[in-house]
Amino acid sequence: MGSGIREVAVVGFAQLTALEDREHNEVELIIPAVQGALADAGMERHEIGFTISGSCDYLSGGPFTFVSGLDAAGAWPPVKESHVEMDAAWALYEAWVAIQTGDVDSALIYGFGKSSLGDLHEIMGLQADPYVVAPLWPSMVDMAALQASAFLAATDYTESDLCAIAARSRRAAVDNPYAVRVEDATAQELLARPVTHTPLRDSDIAPITDGSAAIIIATREIADARCERPAYIRGIDHRVDAQGLGLRDLATSASTKLAAQGAGVSNGPVDVAEIHAQFSHEELILKEALGLDDAVVVNPSGGPLGANPVMATGLIRIGEVAARIRSGSANRGVAHASQGPCLQQNLVCVLEGDQ
Amino acid sequence: MSALRTAVIGVGQTRHVVARHDVSIAGLVREAAEEALVDANMDWADIDAVVIGKAPDMFEGVVMPELYLADALGAVGKPMLRVHTAGSVGGSTAIVAAKLVMAGIHERVLTVAFEKQSESNATWGLTVEMPFSSPLVAGAGGYFAPLIRAYIRRSGAPTHIGHLVAVKDRLNALHNPKAHLHLPDIDLATVAESFLLWEPLRYLDVCPSSDGAMALVIGSEQVAKNATGPVAWIHGTAMRSEPTMFAGRDQVNPLAGRKCAADVYAQAGIKDPRKDFDCAEVYVPFSWYEPMWLENLGFCAEGDGWKLTEQGATAMDGDIPWNPSGGVLSSNPIGASGMIRFGEAAQQVRGRAGDYQVPLHTGLALGHAYGGGSQFFSMWVVGASQPQ
Repeated sequence: MGSGIREVAVVGFAQLTALEDREHNEVELIIPAVQGALADAGMERHEIGFTISGSCDYLSGGPFTFVSGLDAAGAWPPVKESHVEMDAAWALYEAWVAIQTGDVDSALIYGFGKSSLGDLHEIMGLQADPYVVAPLWPSMVDMAALQASAFLAATDYTESDLCAIAARSRRAAVDNPYAVRVEDATAQELLARPVTHTPLRDSDIAPITDGSAAIIIATREIADARCERPAYIRGIDHRVDAQGLGLRDLATSASTKLAAQGAGVSNGPVDVAEIHAQFSHEELILKEALGLDDAVVVNPSGGPLGANPVMATGLIRIGEVAARIRSGSANRGVAHASQGPCLQQNLVCVLEGDQ
Repeated sequence: MSALRTAVIGVGQTRHVVARHDVSIAGLVREAAEEALVDANMDWADIDAVVIGKAPDMFEGVVMPELYLADALGAVGKPMLRVHTAGSVGGSTAIVAAKLVMAGIHERVLTVAFEKQSESNATWGLTVEMPFSSPLVAGAGGYFAPLIRAYIRRSGAPTHIGHLVAVKDRLNALHNPKAHLHLPDIDLATVAESFLLWEPLRYLDVCPSSDGAMALVIGSEQVAKNATGPVAWIHGTAMRSEPTMFAGRDQVNPLAGRKCAADVYAQAGIKDPRKDFDCAEVYVPFSWYEPMWLENLGFCAEGDGWKLTEQGATAMDGDIPWNPSGGVLSSNPIGASGMIRFGEAAQQVRGRAGDYQVPLHTGLALGHAYGGGSQFFSMWVVGASQPQ
């Protein structure tokens, strides 16, 4: 679906992460990200046409977590603003739509969450069908392990392939100042460690992370004036699968495949991909669904296995790809975001610099 | 560039009741969605994308429940969005859905808002003590009652004004078979004698707690022109937000509400809302919010809202009926309440409001929702005719 009529680019990005932040509340986590993204874009708050956030009330354990976020984003005089109870990558999608209507020319998008306040894995288990599945209290890791088992059974991949992804991600994360879990270990060393949720090891599971991220997007007119090398959104699409784990083939991701087609991933060469894989096996499923070959550099930031500030993790994938295009180290890249049990809902964004 | 023409093609809603024990959340939302599809003369396969709205997830105890609802709402393989903007969410959700069409991305979007309050307890859900924050433990009524007292002090309104609204909206609801409350014997004395909850709000000044869902099918100009039934053309949409608290903020007559109204009126060419609208469906969860929003929305000068209510201007036989459907005071599935306002406004201009249909002169109606600490606003103007 699409490329859109108006050309829109990422012109600013900032993030903030911590393993377990006992010092700052959500507002204090968002402020530096918003300020950083604005500074990166060379824009002032009042120049922003539309503001939107993505967050999850259950992370803080109370209603309306996003309301106080307005204090960080700045909303006086009153602003055009919205919120999705989704990863902020979908907030970026809504912002892109708002620009497509012609109502606004730029948008501030932010996502945030403090996973350390509760038991993230149990909380995300409450996404399951509340009458049939949730009363059994499967955690998100339990469900991911079921998918990993189904995937290994359906393919030639083994646990050592999962460990290779974990090892590569942890090593890549060494160079990422925002990664909260880094390690220079080989796949063999990880394989020797205990399995916690068959067939997954601790190294296959994204770390609990507190954090936030903010992105500024704008039309070409603004982007070219403010930014040396804007990262243009060439295509963005998102799709959802049925949730029931028995309703879909867990070894594949049909919704990712549809979103990749809609976003036009295969319309050109892909230099880099940031994939929202919270578990090692998800990267293999997603890489296949996105149609990426082995030449593509995947998760050079270390990906979610290096830092996973839930509700901002997907938005950070877009920011990381955009940053590489803006720095000139890549020309065309794919960012992917996911949410829901076993990769239920997926968003794909293709970004590109001007030739 | 300007946004593309867009219209409401179909409207559906459940009967709103205190507890729907006969259906799951999925069953509830599907009931509203199917009615909207039938009304639009469409099938599930015709829908390009689904936009879901509801208030805090704690109201049902399901994290991001739209994920579990994806198959029930025919969203599998399609784009699906979940909006949450506090009490204004029903309105915001309809606007997000409309924008997908205005942007030329989709032709037909299904949007559904719901709340199944019987699954949990909303007052509990609203009063959780948050980390790093001082506890409020007030519920919504405890939050808004001081603002109402401030309004009464400022305007000098007599104390029975709220009760007038409480009676009027419940009498309107008698003509709406889907309304939750049907109180044929209600009068001023019953409201005044009902027990005091939060000064000056008495039990009958307050909205009920409902299970219910609302669904709209929004289509492009082409889809609207091919529609088999009447459509409601969208003449304008607007959203505005401001922070909850800061020194000098006017919480009684918030600037965000005034700015939002000015924006949507400019888009729709509304000069004098009292004359230019045939009716308004406005989010009035506590009776006193009718006079307060009459002023905030520019239907009269500041301080005069209560006079319109007292004169009966907002009654069904008044010059500007407010909440002919019975409003939030008669049905309140929280996350859906805003979309019900938007949908009821559409039904009026389509001539589909049944026994609570108002006469159409300008063919224009206002849908309004607000939320948070009177800080999130969403509004749309719908009309019987295509915008010029």
